[in-house]
Amino acid sequence: MSAVLVVADHRQGELRDVSYELVSAGDGLAEQSGGDLHLAVVGGDVDRFADELDLAGVDAIHTIARGEEFNHDVYVESTEQLVESIEPTYVLGPNSVNGLDYLPAVANRLGRPLVTDAIDLETDGDRLELTRECYGGKVETTIELEGEAVVSVREGEWPAATEPGDASIEPFDVTIDEDAVGSTVTGFEEVTGGDVDITEADVLVSIGRGIEDEENLDLVRDLADALEATLSSSRPIVDNGWLPPNRQVGQSGKVVTPDVYVAIGISGAVQHVAGMKGSDTIVAINTDPDAPIMDIADYAIHDDLFDVVPALIEQFE
Amino acid sequence: MKLLVAVKEVATVEDSFEVDGTEIDDRYLGARLNEWDEYALEEAVQLREAGVADEVVTVTVGPEEHEQSIRKALAKGADRAVRVWDDALADADLLDVRAKTDVLRAVVEEEEPDLVLTGVQSGDDSWGATGVALADEVGYQWAAVVNDLEHDLADGTASVRRELEGGVEELTDVELPAVLTVQTGINQPRYASMRGIRQAQRKELAVKDFSALGLDPSAVEGSLERTAMYEPESESDVAVWEGSSDETAGALADLLREKGVAP
Ligand SMILES: Cc1cc2nc3c(=O)[nH]c(=O)nc-3n(C[C@H](O)[C@H](O)[C@H](O)COP(=O)(O)OP(=O)(O)OC[C@H]3O[C@@H](n4cnc5c(N)ncnc54)[C@H](O)[C@@H]3O)c2cc1C
Ligand SMILES: Nc1ncnc2c1ncn2[C@@H]1O[C@H](COP(=O)(O)O)[C@@H](O)[C@H]1O
Repeated sequence: MSAVLVVADHRQGELRDVSYELVSAGDGLAEQSGGDLHLAVVGGDVDRFADELDLAGVDAIHTIARGEEFNHDVYVESTEQLVESIEPTYVLGPNSVNGLDYLPAVANRLGRPLVTDAIDLETDGDRLELTRECYGGKVETTIELEGEAVVSVREGEWPAATEPGDASIEPFDVTIDEDAVGSTVTGFEEVTGGDVDITEADVLVSIGRGIEDEENLDLVRDLADALEATLSSSRPIVDNGWLPPNRQVGQSGKVVTPDVYVAIGISGAVQHVAGMKGSDTIVAINTDPDAPIMDIADYAIHDDLFDVVPALIEQFE
Repeated sequence: MKLLVAVKEVATVEDSFEVDGTEIDDRYLGARLNEWDEYALEEAVQLREAGVADEVVTVTVGPEEHEQSIRKALAKGADRAVRVWDDALADADLLDVRAKTDVLRAVVEEEEPDLVLTGVQSGDDSWGATGVALADEVGYQWAAVVNDLEHDLADGTASVRRELEGGVEELTDVELPAVLTVQTGINQPRYASMRGIRQAQRKELAVKDFSALGLDPSAVEGSLERTAMYEPESESDVAVWEGSSDETAGALADLLREKGVAP
């Protein structure tokens, strides 16, 4: 019997979607190994969060009312102490920015192996097989380990659990060494305002690192003009300062759902796809026929953008 | 103030490649300095140029072939480099976070930096975890996914912005000594100048094995086993237009008109 502990993710008063996905991932493991599924809610409105996460498959919810927002020291100590009390074989958390800020420390404290960004999990109760991507999604690998582990799961990979459950909900007491808390959150800031709102656009012409040079951007500007579309981009274009941050599509940029999204010279890394997979029609122009973007594209041209884009502009002149 | 930057040479893969066992066949692999580490290094060099730091040291856990990337880091302004390698590492099947943490800990204990910068993730393995695990291991404070650092560390605090999802940034104060994992876009990494490249040849690049660092080979006895590697089966039902660029552009133009896009 291997118990599973999942730790919910929330921010600014709301549970993040991955919390519900973690319930599905944890439930799968608990079922395969015949153990109980425990869930921890640390900080924020823990009672409301516990009610919202009282879903089928969850046996026990432990609430730890400490602070409003995420603090990694509180999360590390809470998780560590819960693990000592419940002795779960598997600890699952989100592969979110906050997940990456505490799960590696949890694994280190517990002396357990860590596997991040898992997209599939199978166990026989003894050996755990994890699937994850390497090389920017070009390959998948399976990793096996025996016994206990800490795992972060990729957001959006598991279905969100929705069916109501009847878990026991109880507060869990943690002792936090205040002297060891060495970081203080002083605020939050929304950063992507500005001249255009790409989330409003019906048609997005989106450009990635395939454009190579800043001066080549004129080419896609001309295309956007010809199509009366809005220009957006993947992260490297913004990192280079070629376009302002409000043009960035993806996990740390904007989530867009246009009628048509034309991805040009964009590989389709998971953090980019998170921001555009809900588009109605996705067209990809990319020299690499196996680029991950092809998995979600509806139409594709496997060719050089420097040939295709001028030809396309010509079609509209 | 001393800064330590963890830099890794990562493998890049050609568009078409073959998998050999649980690895990508060497013939299709290239190498580069990890993208995220370029930003971490630039931030460190800027801190030294601003007079906040006196010395920037890089550390790499990697074989001799990786020295090309280490020299690149030196050419871009690091003062000296440490490279750790050992037969135990060469034999390891998979260098997991635990193993890297143990090795890097030994270097942090020897160098005693005030601030350690790592990348958010390595572009090939993408664990996204080494910086935070290392911080916990050596008892430093930390912050993950930092896209802004105030260059005023005088009062022993680093004021950073952590880039959360959806265009939200968290403002956090972190006490030093600390490890920060640096996100791309925090700065504009420079190119190495000819002068930098020449100077890099004369900078110290110390190579250490486990015995020099007092490490036991068991430090890298991982509990993880890579059992398979494969190209993901495409779930896509993408319609691919074939032909010359005029033909494919024509097909796309038809689609766009059909969707009511453009005049
Ligand atoms: C915490 C975190 C958050 C992130 N947030 C985001 C985010 O919000 N948005 C985002 O986009 N990324 C984000 N990233 C970065 C992401 O992981 C990728 O690095 C990035 O999306 C890659 O951008 P790209 O596809 O433009 O570049 P690459 O991956 O380099 O792809 C370039 C593509 O162009 C193709 N190409 C090259 N030349 C040509 C040509 N001549 N014609 C046609 N095709 C060509 C190549 O085949 C390749 O597929 C984040 C990463 C992390 C770790
Ligand atoms: N072999 C290594 N040598 C030096 N630094 C490393 C190594 N592996 C990872 N790092 C550092 O840890 C960061 C995160 O890597 P990872 O956890 O492997 O995704 C990298 O950006 C580097 O700064």
